[in-house]
Amino acid sequence: MAERATTPPILQGPTAKEKKYDRQLRLWAASGQAALETAKVLLLNSGPGVVGVETLKNLILPGVGSFTIVDEANVSELDLGVNFFLEESSLGRWRAEETRRFLQELNPEVRINALEGSIDAFADHPRRLEQYSLILLVGPTRNARVLDRICQHADKSSIPLFYIHCQGFFSHFSVQLPAQFPIVDTHPDPASTQDLRLLNPWPELLEFLEKKTGNLGLLSDHDHGHVPYLLILLHFLNVWNASHDSQFPANYSEKKEFKALVESGARRNNSEGGEENFDEAAAAVLKSLNPHSISSGLREVFEADACQNLRPTSANFWIIANAIQKFQTSHNGILPLPGALPDMKAQSSDYIQLQNIYKAKARSDLAEVTRTIRSSEQELSRRLSIEQAEIEAFCKGAQFIKVIHGRPIRVAKCTAEIDWSDRAKALSQELQNPDSLLPIYFAFLALDRYQDDIDRIRTLRQPANDQQFNDILTGRVVSGAVPPLPTFAESAHFSTPAVDPEHDPKPWPRFDTPEARTAFDDVVKELDRADWGELHNIAALTGGMVAQEVIKVITKQYVPVDNSCVFDGIASKTAVFKV
Amino acid sequence: MVKIPACSKTMRQNIDKLPRTYLDNLLSKPGPASDPDWVPGPETISALESSKVLGAGGLGCEILKNLALSGFKDIHVIDMDTIDVSNLNRQFLFREADVGKSKAEVAAAFVEKRVKGVKITPYNGKIQDKDEDYYMQFKMVICGLDSIEARRWINATLVDMVDMEDPESLKPLIDGGTEGFKGQARVILPTMNSCIECQLDMHAPRAAVPLCTLATIPRQPSHCIEWAHIIAWEEHRKDEVLDTDDPEHITWLYQKALARAQDFNIPGVTYSLTQGVVKNIIPAIASTNAIIAAACCNEAFKIATSCNPFLQNYMMYSGDEGVYTYTFDTERKEDCPVCGNLARNLTVNPNMTLQDLIDSLGERAEAQLKKPTLRSEERSLYSQFPQSLREQTAPNLSKKLSELVVDGEEIGVSDPAFTIAFKYKLIFVS
Ligand SMILES: [Zn+2]
Repeated sequence: MAERATTPPILQGPTAKEKKYDRQLRLWAASGQAALETAKVLLLNSGPGVVGVETLKNLILPGVGSFTIVDEANVSELDLGVNFFLEESSLGRWRAEETRRFLQELNPEVRINALEGSIDAFADHPRRLEQYSLILLVGPTRNARVLDRICQHADKSSIPLFYIHCQGFFSHFSVQLPAQFPIVDTHPDPASTQDLRLLNPWPELLEFLEKKTGNLGLLSDHDHGHVPYLLILLHFLNVWNASHDSQFPANYSEKKEFKALVESGARRNNSEGGEENFDEAAAAVLKSLNPHSISSGLREVFEADACQNLRPTSANFWIIANAIQKFQTSHNGILPLPGALPDMKAQSSDYIQLQNIYKAKARSDLAEVTRTIRSSEQELSRRLSIEQAEIEAFCKGAQFIKVIHGRPIRVAKCTAEIDWSDRAKALSQELQNPDSLLPIYFAFLALDRYQDDIDRIRTLRQPANDQQFNDILTGRVVSGAVPPLPTFAESAHFSTPAVDPEHDPKPWPRFDTPEARTAFDDVVKELDRADWGELHNIAALTGGMVAQEVIKVITKQYVPVDNSCVFDGIASKTAVFKV
Repeated sequence: MVKIPACSKTMRQNIDKLPRTYLDNLLSKPGPASDPDWVPGPETISALESSKVLGAGGLGCEILKNLALSGFKDIHVIDMDTIDVSNLNRQFLFREADVGKSKAEVAAAFVEKRVKGVKITPYNGKIQDKDEDYYMQFKMVICGLDSIEARRWINATLVDMVDMEDPESLKPLIDGGTEGFKGQARVILPTMNSCIECQLDMHAPRAAVPLCTLATIPRQPSHCIEWAHIIAWEEHRKDEVLDTDDPEHITWLYQKALARAQDFNIPGVTYSLTQGVVKNIIPAIASTNAIIAAACCNEAFKIATSCNPFLQNYMMYSGDEGVYTYTFDTERKEDCPVCGNLARNLTVNPNMTLQDLIDSLGERAEAQLKKPTLRSEERSLYSQFPQSLREQTAPNLSKKLSELVVDGEEIGVSDPAFTIAFKYKLIFVS
C-alpha cells in the first residue's frame, strides 16, 4: 500500500472530457471531436419521426455542438409506442419540445432547442437554412415543392443535407453533399497503406543499407537474424539487379524467383531451421515490390480544374493538392513519403534508426511541399497561411484521398417526371435484377409522389373537415381520388397518375421481367402494410446509419455514402446506389 | 384501413380509429414475405407480449430500449459491470450521477419507468452465475457481450440445453458485436445452424508480441507498455493485483513504459495508449451500437412474431467506407467442438513438446484456449486442476508428442473457461 503514494497522478492526465469521450477519440481524434463540437445540426422532422429523434440521440451522445428540432406534430398515443424520448405526460403536447427535453438529458454539454414553426416555413424562407452546418430532413414532406425548395437551397449554400425515409421494415436515406467534397483522412486499412519505396531508395537509406548489410555473410548469427527485413529486400534487390540488367523483378514469376533468392539467404543451421526476419522479407516480396503509382482518386484530384487553376478563394485542399502535384512532377511521378514504418524483427536501435531515416525523408518532402504552398499563398495574396498539420495530413494520406461529387436529391413530383439524365441507364438495368434492393428506393419515391398527389387534391378540393378529406382519400365519396399506395404505385410508378389528364404518361422505370416487377410490388405492399408507421428497430438502426454518415461528413474523416442507401429489415441487408 | 398522411397534423386527432401502436397495426396484416400459414392479429400480438426474453452485454441499453418498444413485456437483463464515465458517450440510459452503480439495475429501472407496461428484471452479475434452469425460462437470448469467453460460454450452454424431444428447449441466441464503425449481428438456432464456436475462426485474435521482443528488443510504444504490464509489474508489485481501472496503477505502468521507451529512444508512449493497450480498449460509438443492437432486436421481433422471415444467419456491417453489409449463411461445422461430433484433424510435428502443442492451441483461431487440459484415449496428458494432478502431469509438458501419443490418436482438450470439449485427431508429419 505504501507504493500508492509514490505514483502521483501525472500532470497532463486526461481531462474529464477526454475520459468521457475516450472510446470515440480513439477513432476520430481531437480534430474530429472539435469539428463535431462546432457543428450546428437542423432536424426537420415529420411523420412518426422516430428515425429523426434516434439519429439525434446518436449525435448528442458523442457531443455534436448544437441541435435545432422542427416538428409540428403533437404527441399521440401512437408516438408513445414507438418513440423512446417521450413519456405518458407528453401526450397531446408539442412533440419537438417534449423530445428536446428528454434528449437533453443525454448530454448536458450540447445545446438543443425546439423551434416553433413548420418545415414549410423553411421552404418559403430558405435563407433561414444558412445558419446550420448540416440538415436532416425526414420525409415525406407535405409536398414535393417543400422538398424541392429545401434541397435546392441547401445545394446552393453547400450545406450537407440528408433526406430520410423510414416505414415498416424498410428505410432509405440520400446524402446531398457539395459538388466537391474532398476527404483527406479516409482511415484506410493500415495493412494496405505501407509505402516503403524499396524501388526508389534515397541516399540516406542506401547508406544505412551498406552499413548494415555490406558484410552480410560475416555477421554473427545473432546480428544476421536481426537485420530488418526491408534491408534484406534492398540487399537482395541489388544482388538481383546485378544479374538482371538492373531490371527489378516485375511479374509474378520473377517475384517468385526473387522470393526464392531471398529465402536462400537465410541461415538454417539453427534450432528454428530458419530466421524470422528472412521469413518476414520473403512474405513481403509480393506486396512491397510494386512500382510507385498514383491512386485513381488522387489522379482525379490532380486533374481537377480546381487543382490546376488556383484562385485566391480556393479551399486549402486545392492549394495543397496543387503543391503535391508539382512535387510529383518534379520527382518523376513520386509522391512525398508518408514516413510510417511497419513493425519488423530488428534490434531496437536499428529499427529506430531506420524509422528516423523514413521520418527525416518525410519531413524534407513535407518541407518542399510547404515551400511551394507558401509561394502560392503569396502569389494569390492569401492572408491566412495553411497550417503545417493540414499539409502534413495531406502528404501522409495522399494515396487514399477521396473526392465525392455531391449530386442533388431526386424529388418525386406528382405532375412531372424525374429527369434521371446520366443515371437512367444504370438504374434501369439494376431494377431488372429481382434481388436488387433498388426497388426500396423507388418505392419511397412512389410514397413521396403519392403524398404530393394527396396534397394536390387537398388543395384542389379543399375538404371542409378531416372526415371529408378521409372520404376523398379512400375514394368513398368522390371518384377519381387517390387510390391506395399499391394501386397508385402499380398504375403509375413515376409517370403521371391517371387523375391528371393533361399530362402524357411515360412509364419509367420499366420492368422487363415479371420477377423484377414482383420484387417492386412486394416492397410497395410491405410498405403499405406499415400504414405510414415506423417500427422502432428499423428507425433505431437507420438512425444509427445516418448518424455514422453525419459524423463522417462533419469530421471529414472516413468515407461517407455516395449517395443513397437503403435498408431491408426483412433480409437484413443494405445497398448503396448513386442516383 | 384509412390512410393517414404522415405530415398532416390535423389527421392525428383521428387516432381513435387506429390501433394503439404501429406495431399492432403491422402485426394485423400479412405481408408479401410472411409465411402463407401465418395468422396475423391478436394471437400473434399476445405471443409476442408473453415472450420472456433475456438481454445482456455492452449493447444492453440499446437492446432494452428496442425490446421494450418492439412489444416484449417481460424482459430480463444481466450485466456484471458498473457504470464508468467512458460509457456515457454511447450507453444512453446512464448519467454522470450514475457512475459506479450497477448497469443492469440502472438500465432496467430507466426503461421500466419510460415505457409503460414493460417489466424489466435486472441481475447484477455474470451470465456464468446462472444455470440451465434459469436460461430455460426464456424464449430467446439477445446479447451484445464484449468478451469472447462469455459468448462461447452462453453458446455452449444453449447448445447443451437442446433436448430433441422438447422444441421449447431450443432457445435462439441473437448475438451482436461492434468495433468502431463496424459490427456484426447473427442468429443462432442451437444445433440447427452454425453456432458461435463454428464461426470462431472468423474472429481471430490479434497475434501476441513474442515475450523476447518485449524483454530485449522493443521497437514500438506498445512493446514498452506490454513490458511494463507483463514484466515490470511482476518484478516490482507482484503482491498486488493489477486493477486496470485504478488510475494509480495505469499511471505507474505509463511511467515505467515511458522510462523504458526513453532508454530505447522509442517515441509515442502516452497515457491514453497505455490505457488502450493494457485494457485492450476497443473503440466504441453510439451510432454503431444503435445499428447492431437494432439489427439484433429486429431479428428477435421477427422470430417472436413470425411476421417476416429472419436472418439466415450472419450480417456483417462496415461503415468505414460508405455503408457496406455482407449478409450470408455461415455453415455449420461437423467437427465443431460444441455442436458437431467429429474430431478435428490437427497436423503436428511428432518432435514438438506437449508445451508447444498447448501454446499453439492458444494461438489457433478456432481454439483460443488459454488454460487447456488435455487427455489422450488412454490417460490424462496434462491437467490444470486439481493441483495434485497438475503436479503429476507437469513432467509431460517437456516430452515429445511421439512419446505420449501415437499417430492418428484422438485427444480431448477442455478449458475451465468454457463448457466445451475439443476433440483433435493428431496427424504426425515430420
Ligand atoms: Zn458449432
